[in-house]
Amino acid sequence: MTTAAASEQRGRSKERTPLLETRSIGKTYGSIVALRDVSTSVHAGEVTCVLGDNGAGKSTFIKILSGAHEHTSGELLVDGKPRRFASPREALDAGIATVYQDLAVVPLMPVWRNFFLGSEPSKGFGPFRRIDVKFMRQTTYSELAKMGIRLRDVDQPIGTLSGGERQSVAIARAVYFGARMLILDEPTAALGVKQSGVVLRYVAAARDAGLGVVLITHNPHHAYLVGDRFVLLKRGVMAGNYARDDITLAELTREMAGGAELEALGHELGERFTESGVADELAAERRRT
Amino acid sequence: MMMSTQTAAVEADVQPTPGRLLTRMLRRPEVGAAIAAVAVFTFFATITESFATAGGVATWLDSSALFGIMAVAVALLMIGGEFDLSAGTMVGSTGLIVGILATHYGVNIWLAVVLALVFAAVVGMANGLLVMRTGLPSFIVTLGTFFVLQGLNLALTKAIIGQVAVQGLANVPGFFDVKWLFGSTFSLFGTPFQVSIAWWLGLTAVATWVLLRTRAGNWIFAVGGAAVSARHVGVPVVRTKIALFVVTACAGWLAGMLQLFRTSTVQASTGVGQEFIYIICAVVGGCLLTGGYGSAIGAALGGLIYGMTYQGIVFAQWDNNWLKAFLGVMLLAAVLVNTYVRKRAEVSR
Repeated sequence: MTTAAASEQRGRSKERTPLLETRSIGKTYGSIVALRDVSTSVHAGEVTCVLGDNGAGKSTFIKILSGAHEHTSGELLVDGKPRRFASPREALDAGIATVYQDLAVVPLMPVWRNFFLGSEPSKGFGPFRRIDVKFMRQTTYSELAKMGIRLRDVDQPIGTLSGGERQSVAIARAVYFGARMLILDEPTAALGVKQSGVVLRYVAAARDAGLGVVLITHNPHHAYLVGDRFVLLKRGVMAGNYARDDITLAELTREMAGGAELEALGHELGERFTESGVADELAAERRRT
Repeated sequence: MMMSTQTAAVEADVQPTPGRLLTRMLRRPEVGAAIAAVAVFTFFATITESFATAGGVATWLDSSALFGIMAVAVALLMIGGEFDLSAGTMVGSTGLIVGILATHYGVNIWLAVVLALVFAAVVGMANGLLVMRTGLPSFIVTLGTFFVLQGLNLALTKAIIGQVAVQGLANVPGFFDVKWLFGSTFSLFGTPFQVSIAWWLGLTAVATWVLLRTRAGNWIFAVGGAAVSARHVGVPVVRTKIALFVVTACAGWLAGMLQLFRTSTVQASTGVGQEFIYIICAVVGGCLLTGGYGSAIGAALGGLIYGMTYQGIVFAQWDNNWLKAFLGVMLLAAVLVNTYVRKRAEVSR
């Protein structure tokens, strides 16, 4: 997927100011610490993957980036300047678009209305100011066709599309409206293998188009296919921050699976697994790394 | 996958083809209500003599208008995902405010009308703010407002003028100027039609324009269909919903003025019990109770069906209690038809 030019661009990006950077960022809800001390960066033309188990703080992290919640500690820098987002609108205006797994679209509304929701183009003056329906319908059709989604009718409720297509519509929308950075919340979680492939292809396409991408997932295989940087979250704290060169898929998978904890569990359940050799394998792998 | 990508690239410049006409029509939320309206009309036109005459039409259109105006406003609110149970009593409250201010305190009648509108807007705003700030269901919040208004209507009216109905409004200076706006008639085919019908048609047209052709309309569908998703793409959810509450309350003011200036009297109990009829009209017109789907034309048709039945039963000289039974059957049928039509529209492409 990656061309020589793209990888060269990705190499260069190291010296440039990151699109977005977090420094020891954290969030508390009352007395509950949901997230603390997460420091990472997102560059244009790169994919930063955020991995973690349920409750690791992934959603808190993206809520801060997308403007849904304000952070309570640390710093959020956009283009090197400290920012706070009071609403998703402010994040959008800064070029940061978020695509949520279940919340990407309004299911009962037609595809074309969804595509332009919140940023509807208007024409006419005063009381006759109206949305440009013809333009909206045609643009929706052609933009989706570019992504390989052929609609028979842009008027069909978007809820009738498949999960992968809905995600892709949301990604196409973000790209069309000039997002510089795309945050994708578990885009492949509810999808089958083929549909996941469709979505990951658009993630790579967005990256090659020069967008910075934050991909939230709990699937290390999906992450490793497209990722340049991997942030591991565990119980609200950052457990690791690796560049692609510093970690292999096997290591990433093991980290995700629980690493040392899983190994301990392996010993605990050792008697049952002795014959299958799972515990030995885990211990051997632990020694190697 | 490659195949379809290439095909898509070739067809990217092709204009989207509109779906088949029948499918497109079936996909409209008001289709069920339109069919039902024709059926109800045919039924009463057949079994009674006066139903289809100009005079008959003027009578049931007038009835339909008062319910239709409120049904359209309530439908907008329902599409936006909220209810307003105080909409009925608002009709009484605004009428009483104008009546008492003009007859008892001698306030200029135009000023009284404007003050009543301000009152409606403030109550609508309060409803909206309470719902959005507390996150409580609007059903509960506006049930509270409903009882507050109902109690105030009776208690304050009794305390101020010593009776439960305002009278003598026709003697107030300027009454007939305002009556021209809200209570006059216009002649068509030699038959007088109430001006309320014009208000009803006008409001339905404006609401349809707003819903289908403006940004605000797109936002109304979105906040009712999936408020969180809407917020994430930058739709001002709170502002949209509060505006809808204000519009509904102001529609209550309009209905209040239309009734007040026609009869020149208002009862303290006016409008109580009507709020569910508005909701039923909206649902019959294709609104989903869960929000995000519906139409203003459908709600107007819902009002039309109710108005036709209301007067049709009178024309047929039946016991008036049949109306409630009919209303219940109509509501159940509408919900079933809506569910069926919507599922069909979503599958057949």
